[in-house]
Amino acid sequence: MQSVATPSFEIVSREDFSDVTYLLEVRHPMLAKAARAGQFVIVMEHEHGERIPLTIADYDREAGTITLVIQAVGKTTREMQANCRVGTSLFAVVGPMGIPSHIGAKKKVMCVGGGLGVAPIFPQARAYKESGAYVIGVLGFRNRDLVFWEDKFRSWCDELILCTDDGSAGIKGLVTEGIRQAIARHGDIEEVVAIGPPIMMKGCAEATRPHKIRTMVSLNPVMVDGTGMCGGCRVKIGETVKFACVDGPDFDGHLVDFDDLMARLGRYKVAEKEALERFNESCRIRGGAEGTEPEPATVDDRPSTDG
Amino acid sequence: MAKKKTIRTIPQERTPAQEQDPRERARNFLEVSLGYRLEEALVEADRCLQCADEPCVRGCPVGIDIPGFIRKITEKHYHGAYDILTDTNLLPSICGRVCPQENQCEGVCTVGETLEPVAIGRLERFVGDLAIKEGWANIPYIEPSGHRVGIVGAGPAGMACAADMAKAGCEVVVYEAFHQPGGVLKYGIPDFRLPNEVIDAEIEKLRKLGIRFECNTLVGRLFTIEQMVTEMGFHAVFVGTGAGYPSFMGIPGESLNGVLSANELLTRANLMRARDFPSFDTPLQPGKRVTVIGAGNTAMDAMRVSMRLGAEKVFCVYRRSKAEAPARAEEVHHAEEEGIEFNWLTSPIELLGDASNAVRAMRCVRMELGEPDDSGRRRPVPVPGSEFEIETDMVVFAIGTNANPILGQTSGLKLNKWGYIQTDDSLATSIAGVYAGGDIVTGAATVIQAMGAGRKAARAMKAYLGLRDSDCVYTPDTDDPAGRRFGIPAAEHNFARVRLA
Repeated sequence: MQSVATPSFEIVSREDFSDVTYLLEVRHPMLAKAARAGQFVIVMEHEHGERIPLTIADYDREAGTITLVIQAVGKTTREMQANCRVGTSLFAVVGPMGIPSHIGAKKKVMCVGGGLGVAPIFPQARAYKESGAYVIGVLGFRNRDLVFWEDKFRSWCDELILCTDDGSAGIKGLVTEGIRQAIARHGDIEEVVAIGPPIMMKGCAEATRPHKIRTMVSLNPVMVDGTGMCGGCRVKIGETVKFACVDGPDFDGHLVDFDDLMARLGRYKVAEKEALERFNESCRIRGGAEGTEPEPATVDDRPSTDG
Repeated sequence: MAKKKTIRTIPQERTPAQEQDPRERARNFLEVSLGYRLEEALVEADRCLQCADEPCVRGCPVGIDIPGFIRKITEKHYHGAYDILTDTNLLPSICGRVCPQENQCEGVCTVGETLEPVAIGRLERFVGDLAIKEGWANIPYIEPSGHRVGIVGAGPAGMACAADMAKAGCEVVVYEAFHQPGGVLKYGIPDFRLPNEVIDAEIEKLRKLGIRFECNTLVGRLFTIEQMVTEMGFHAVFVGTGAGYPSFMGIPGESLNGVLSANELLTRANLMRARDFPSFDTPLQPGKRVTVIGAGNTAMDAMRVSMRLGAEKVFCVYRRSKAEAPARAEEVHHAEEEGIEFNWLTSPIELLGDASNAVRAMRCVRMELGEPDDSGRRRPVPVPGSEFEIETDMVVFAIGTNANPILGQTSGLKLNKWGYIQTDDSLATSIAGVYAGGDIVTGAATVIQAMGAGRKAARAMKAYLGLRDSDCVYTPDTDDPAGRRFGIPAAEHNFARVRLA
């Protein structure tokens, strides 16, 4: 009998990519062993916290850790940014959730990550490379200062196209510009995988639709349990309704109703705003350095959380 | 011996239980029914005829010796009553509150043929609550069998199965995907019907039996059922994951904001404590005019939770009539008292939204009952030209659930055509050593039916593992040495101690 010790979900390393983006490496050997590309976890920072879904950005089976890259956009993710130090523990981490991405045996694929979607696209790029595919990476950031994991991607991608809004690194333009250039150079791309904010994934799906290239997107709508029980994460895929947590999170981007998805992502925004304001207020009262106003939400903010 | 009781000599009126005033309770989450006080319990217990026929025992899904425990109450031997209850049901405080007694024990009570039936549920709760208050816990004599049993899901089915397997000497681990054990008792049934302290107290009793609860564990994805019976070394596994996947109707407007499943509403409000937002972080934008579709227990819970969250008006929309409503009679009654507006024989046809994509109204059509359908209930048919609108800013679907797909996706378990796990009569699945019961086998049912299934599976698992079926094995009240012979407690005198190598 293997011992199944209760994991304490200890944070073993942390890296801050920018003012809003940070990486947490969490100890969970069983989860590290089970995780596959495309899956996510649900995290609770503390006992009174909300359950937030986060895509697994990396896993290390030998070290027994999983990596999460988080963007501080709401109350919970900002609170985690303030509190999650190396040596502290998360209250709950459950997963891996969702159906793993189907990698199969493809010859040439393109992996597109924008904003917070950059980290979760990494396991897919690596899995495709390991399966023997020619991998074209397309990564989008707002500017040079926000770029992270470039080396990590270069070591697994045959080609890497970096896109920034202001042209301070790589090409100037959105990831859709990178996709356009890659398709122009390679007529034989079999599949595109795109992860990022819904508006970006919608743009990617539109960019590949005329070329009839199969395009998978990873959806991360509002959810509570992540096990198919609440139905909060229901999304329209063609004529059918699916639950992203157990039927996805990967879906055919050419069938996803992105407008519906984006409309539904805003449904707790009043409460979310209230929670964030209270949090900022309490930070100011404590006199913490975190009390500064968050940057206004942009398309790069992947609303992956309830809060 | 007292003179034999007859229907004429017993107290004629069913003893009412004290309840919070409807106007007051509709705005708080405290328990509605305050339960019997001692003197009330004694009067009600005296109403049991102790009839020879005992139809109530057959009416109980777990076969509690109902006349037996009631007799102990009349004898004022309350711990004895608790012993009898816990012989068959480790969770009397829960079952006394949430069982649909009117369709089970009380529905077939002999007294009920002439008068109101004995309030068996309230008496069960009285004994269970007394045990929690007094700190009674019946820890049976357990001889380790060397077997390891894994349970998937810490809801009522899993809890009942775990208790039986632990009593049979197995080392039991219960895996739960949520961060707290309890399943539907925690996320679904609200505090005013079943307080969390009661659930926690009952779970604590299971821990005392040696049962280990592992939360935050999604079986199927973190490890599979097959891994449990192979590399993880479990000799038997019970799957009680519940039904899960909530149904919607497929009418236009279901993806509007403000439209959600009862599971989502209840989980946010109960387990995640959104009702205490912002002290707890989970948000829930409560509606001012809430419309709940369906008339089962879950629908009643959703309506009454909405009321307590501050709704001005709560409507129920159900396509059949009150007589067909699947909820416990007491829940419908409580909901009516609290001011829920019922629209019987009404079916939604469309949800209408505003410019910000939020729901603003529900279009409905009136129904009338036609010919009986497959379920024997008269089929509701729309009345032409009867469409109307209900102004509403929150719509809750409480029309049932479908099978959760996770175990089907991740294991070789054979499923039926609806996606539920297929079992034989003993609840054995297509994988040797793996048993299943509760909603994931039958589709949505009640807490006590799930518990019954958990116990039924436990019997089959014990047979599979070659263990004696040891119900009713409690150590005596006192550790009196006179009650022990050769160091063997009295309750154990008749057991042959044979251990197979």
